[in-house]
Amino acid sequence: MHSSVINRYAAAIRDAILAHEADIECLDREIGDGDHYINMKRGCEAIAGLADELNTLPAADALNKIGMKLLSTIGGASGPLFASFFMSMSKTLKTSDTITTLQIALAFEAGVQAIIQRGKAQAGEKTMLDVLIPVATTFQQLAEQGQSDKDIAAALKPIASDGLESTRNMLATKGRASGLGERVIGHLDAGAKSCQVMIDTICDLIVSGQ
Amino acid sequence: MKKFANNVDHMLIESLTGFATAHNDLVEVQFDPTFVSRKHKSHNKVAIISGGGAGHEPLHAGYVGKGMLDAACPGQVFTSPTPDQMLAAAEAVHADKGVLFIVKNYAGDVMNFEMATEMLPFEHATVLTSDDCAVVNSTYTTGRRGVAGTVIIEKCVGSLAETGADLASCKALGDKINLHTSSIGAALTSCTVPAAGRPTFDISDSEIEMGVGIHGEPGRRREAMRTADAIVADMVNAIVHDFEAKQLPTQGEILLLVNGLGATPLMELYLIYNTAAKLLTEKGFGIARSLVGNYITAIDMAGASLTVCLLDNEIKQHWDSPVHTAGLRWGC
Repeated sequence: MHSSVINRYAAAIRDAILAHEADIECLDREIGDGDHYINMKRGCEAIAGLADELNTLPAADALNKIGMKLLSTIGGASGPLFASFFMSMSKTLKTSDTITTLQIALAFEAGVQAIIQRGKAQAGEKTMLDVLIPVATTFQQLAEQGQSDKDIAAALKPIASDGLESTRNMLATKGRASGLGERVIGHLDAGAKSCQVMIDTICDLIVSGQ
Repeated sequence: MKKFANNVDHMLIESLTGFATAHNDLVEVQFDPTFVSRKHKSHNKVAIISGGGAGHEPLHAGYVGKGMLDAACPGQVFTSPTPDQMLAAAEAVHADKGVLFIVKNYAGDVMNFEMATEMLPFEHATVLTSDDCAVVNSTYTTGRRGVAGTVIIEKCVGSLAETGADLASCKALGDKINLHTSSIGAALTSCTVPAAGRPTFDISDSEIEMGVGIHGEPGRRREAMRTADAIVADMVNAIVHDFEAKQLPTQGEILLLVNGLGATPLMELYLIYNTAAKLLTEKGFGIARSLVGNYITAIDMAGASLTVCLLDNEIKQHWDSPVHTAGLRWGC
């Protein structure tokens, strides 16, 4: 994986987040405090601004740079969580010279573990982890089976959507929505939505061979 | 949305610049990373640093000055500041006796301060404020939110730090006040995050939100609008129940803080105070100290919170001591 691929994905993610402004903002207004979309947008734009610099770096270093930039740009809960994800991914990829699909899957899993540790959250708490954990698990399984990138990407799209949908009937026990008690039932989690949008976007690029 | 703004993306910088200019005898502001510190750096004391999202003004920058904070790190609206801000602030104001962070208990604030402390080269400790009794504490939740009790903690811990007390004593006082304090908020409207451009939730004239925090989010329950006496009675009862749950005495001297959430006039805040004071006195509390006004807000939310802090001689002494900040000033 070259850093130019990371830049292409980052640009597509930014476009997708901007395109989903209304959905994400609406979810955060219902059971959050209305700032999630703005924070995501600020993070995406900060990474877009790094494109030239990222192009000069090896992939692992580019991911670390992205993590550091998000840490000092986003704030809130998303900042440390996404920063931990990318910095941990970077650390895992640094251990090998060539980057295979399986190594990316293992790095993704390491990133998700870093989010679990930093957020002290688990699956079932109505957070981004309800999308990320099942995606990481399936990603790793399919990569270990040696499936093609296209097949893996196609398989991960419904996993991410199902994960998002699973947050609808959960109680929130972490994050800002946890102050609302039973009132959050019936609403999707905004952070899970952002993660589903990002994963879906990258999977679409891979499936279409871009 | 109708707000005094030029460009929503520049509101924070323009407001902070105005703040620092208006109070240039007290504070200075740095940008990138952004923090507000005292004009005259203190020496040989624990540095007290707080921070949090913007939109709660005067908290926290308004409490930087003699007798309170050494520095404050403002984030984006309702969004925790970032670790680089906390590190830069600590580097600028530390005075050889360690750094005490006062952090409101929200997932984002906790994580960002935690990442900052992992990188901090000085002795440090953190007081996590969690006085909101609308949120039930449990090992499974993020837990109680830090709300208006934070102002009392910043005032008293700031006072203790001025005496040259060590880091452990400052943390202990903060933790004690947090335990001795309960708050609850009620809202008549939501608020408008400038970049979002519309109110966070819709609510009719016949409804209120009970148990709101300070981020314009919905509260614990939506209830019917009723008289101020009826609303305040429910708030007072929630606080008394919380005192009982925390096994605190439900009598003795208290500090009663009636805080406006941004768009409720002082006339109504004093009306709330009148009812709350009467009810708390009937229950056996003695109101020894009072504070009424907008001290920790949720942008333009119409609403108010009640905070009761059980006093002892130590807390009373540090509440009464001189303070000179943009948001609180007495005794000097």
